[in-house]
Amino acid sequence: MKDKIEKVSIIISKGSLEGIYPGLIMANGARAEGIEANLFFTFFGLDAIHAKRHEHIKLATVGNPGLHFATWAGGLPGVSSLMTHYMEHKMEALDIPSIPDFMEMIYETGAGIFACKASVDLFGLEKNDLIPQVQDIITVGEFYDMAAGGEIIFT
Amino acid sequence: MTTTTQQLDVELNEEGFFVHPEEWTEEMVPELARREGIDEITDAHWTVIRYMRAAFAANGTGPTVRALGKSSGVTIMELYHLFPKGPAKIAAKIAGIPKPRGCI
Repeated sequence: MKDKIEKVSIIISKGSLEGIYPGLIMANGARAEGIEANLFFTFFGLDAIHAKRHEHIKLATVGNPGLHFATWAGGLPGVSSLMTHYMEHKMEALDIPSIPDFMEMIYETGAGIFACKASVDLFGLEKNDLIPQVQDIITVGEFYDMAAGGEIIFT
Repeated sequence: MTTTTQQLDVELNEEGFFVHPEEWTEEMVPELARREGIDEITDAHWTVIRYMRAAFAANGTGPTVRALGKSSGVTIMELYHLFPKGPAKIAAKIAGIPKPRGCI
């Protein structure tokens, strides 16, 4: 029998659409496999759990060579919103939930959702600026304690 | 394969899923559930198991947890309570259908 992963701790550090989704998909997928999962949001990744911002996460259209169009075009007004809408439309067709719905769903799977204390302090945030599914604001040391014995994935 | 598997007289793959879903009967459910660590089958378990069978019969594949949460009438939180080791995966094993594939 192959070794089985028992626990994952996934760090989300980026605040773009393409920076947030992979970590959410991995956390949700881990729970579906019966793997214990904890999500940690740090730096701009905090936007994914920011009550006022998580509905407005945008695709990065500048500095994103994967989009295959000129950098100057990506910077034109409205392009990021347009591309985000396009992407959201495609995701909806595949039944991929929006970020707010995904956070709610991941919470329901029993995964832990945590915010990084240094980042919360840096951005001048408080617990009530974050979505109610956030369990706690924790330090890096507490993160390592929680992650002990499992895999750590940084995104 | 273990001796307990032979008692059910069905062919299971390496991961423990039915190779021939048509061999499954409801009478096998308590034994299949016991092997997954579920000793008591509640009505809610049956709702999910029967939904898995119906979805497989209709689509040729089992639903993911998200699809189960949206369509089976059992919430995602409740699904994880019923099948802590992964609702879609464990319910598929107990329902005698292949492992559902899907990333969400």
